[in-house]
Amino acid sequence: MWLSLIVLIPLAAVVAKSTDHGWSGFWHAVSSRQAVSALILTLICSLLVAVINAVMGTAIAWFLVRDDGLPRIVRAPLNAVIDLPFALPTIVAGITLLSLYKNVAFTRAAIVLALLFVTLPFVVRAVQPVLIELDREMEEAAASLGASATTTFRRIILPNLTPAIVAGAALAFARAVGEFGSVVLISGNIPFKSQVSSVYIFSQVESDNPVGASAVSVVLLAISVVVLLGIRRIGKAR
Amino acid sequence: MTRRWGLRLVVIAYLGGLLLAPVGLVFYRTFQHGFSEFWDSITTPAAIHAFQLTIELALIAVPLNAIFGVAMALALVRGKWRGKPLMEAIIDLPFAVSPVIIGLAMLLVFGRQGWIHLPFQVIFALPGMALATVFVSLPFVVGEVAPVLHEIGDEQEQAASTLGATRWQTFRRITLPSIRWGLAYGITLSVARAVGEFGAVSVVSGHIAGKTDTLTLLVQSRYENFDVKGAYAASALLAVLALGTLFVMTLTRREDT
Repeated sequence: MWLSLIVLIPLAAVVAKSTDHGWSGFWHAVSSRQAVSALILTLICSLLVAVINAVMGTAIAWFLVRDDGLPRIVRAPLNAVIDLPFALPTIVAGITLLSLYKNVAFTRAAIVLALLFVTLPFVVRAVQPVLIELDREMEEAAASLGASATTTFRRIILPNLTPAIVAGAALAFARAVGEFGSVVLISGNIPFKSQVSSVYIFSQVESDNPVGASAVSVVLLAISVVVLLGIRRIGKAR
Repeated sequence: MTRRWGLRLVVIAYLGGLLLAPVGLVFYRTFQHGFSEFWDSITTPAAIHAFQLTIELALIAVPLNAIFGVAMALALVRGKWRGKPLMEAIIDLPFAVSPVIIGLAMLLVFGRQGWIHLPFQVIFALPGMALATVFVSLPFVVGEVAPVLHEIGDEQEQAASTLGATRWQTFRRITLPSIRWGLAYGITLSVARAVGEFGAVSVVSGHIAGKTDTLTLLVQSRYENFDVKGAYAASALLAVLALGTLFVMTLTRREDT
């Protein structure tokens, strides 16, 4: 039980701090123009990243599991490389992207790029095992009944994969909302333009405004908790 | 057939453009003027200190998380107590919470006007950074060991204890060998996270160069001071560590299946 204390006490401190100046102080900090614009940017970028991940992650998982036309020597290294974003420090991820894509630096596109990098493994690793387990007989039956490849994919395969895709995309979304290290350099941290919430929180801490930082943190915390509970529900339904 | 090639091209281009090309370029930039320049850049006193500090933090956080991760996984899977579902959700929290928020939380609890006052300095010093590192790498061992415990069931453990084994013997001879690959994978993930942690440590450390700068913080401070080459060199060092971790990850994963 002590473990729950280690996690909960610090987070409780954040929640307590956010209401130091009462409810109105909390509301004031959360609804400041800069905080709101950072939050909106964070949510839009994260949603976009979750959607791209859902599509590309499924395609990559399909490629790794089902494309047996390519020799193993090509697929095995690609399979190993998927975990690279988990192993690579996020600040290094930011630097590497910055070195190649200098022209998009300090824009919103750069933020999306960095978030795509760090969240790449989630959907792939969620869909891959399901795809391996998936019964090919169903697909063969559909094909023998005259379904085209597209119809088979849409009506047979996709419904089986959907829970995994959604769970993976939700994890990617949660991660993207809180991501800091990869974004901090590449976004340039320009208020109202390319400042995401995590960087905003950091700048509030640096300028000695713990109440404002805590208030925005509470909003992000609430989003994380909701997403985590949602993923749990999908897991149970499966 | 063309559609198949279309998918292959899209996947390979995506992975190449997003992962391989940028990482490759950093290595290229680091070594394009020869190895000695790279070596000089990572052997400055500040860099050596940062490297030592990073290793130190990992050496504190990872064993702690391994021991308590296994204990926690045992309690979650084998134990029967109220509030277990809530506990499982809490364990996952450090995964989803922004590292900056974790750093802020540490600041609020252990800072100057914080809730807890210890006789030694925590914030802007090693203890605070160690705590932040423990916090962010907390869920990995639990997350990898708990499913394995679930799968193997407790029949063997019960058999061992009916044959007169003590709890410690049962754990050491029965449980530990069967969870070893899950544990190894969890530890590897913890190491990667502990070495690569940036956000939480960045808030807690106070960025005192040569004192509380870890390797990841060094990358940032060098980059912001327009020492781009130095930042690339430190990045390359971290990337080598990451590739090593990745290698161990694929190994432990293969043994697992």
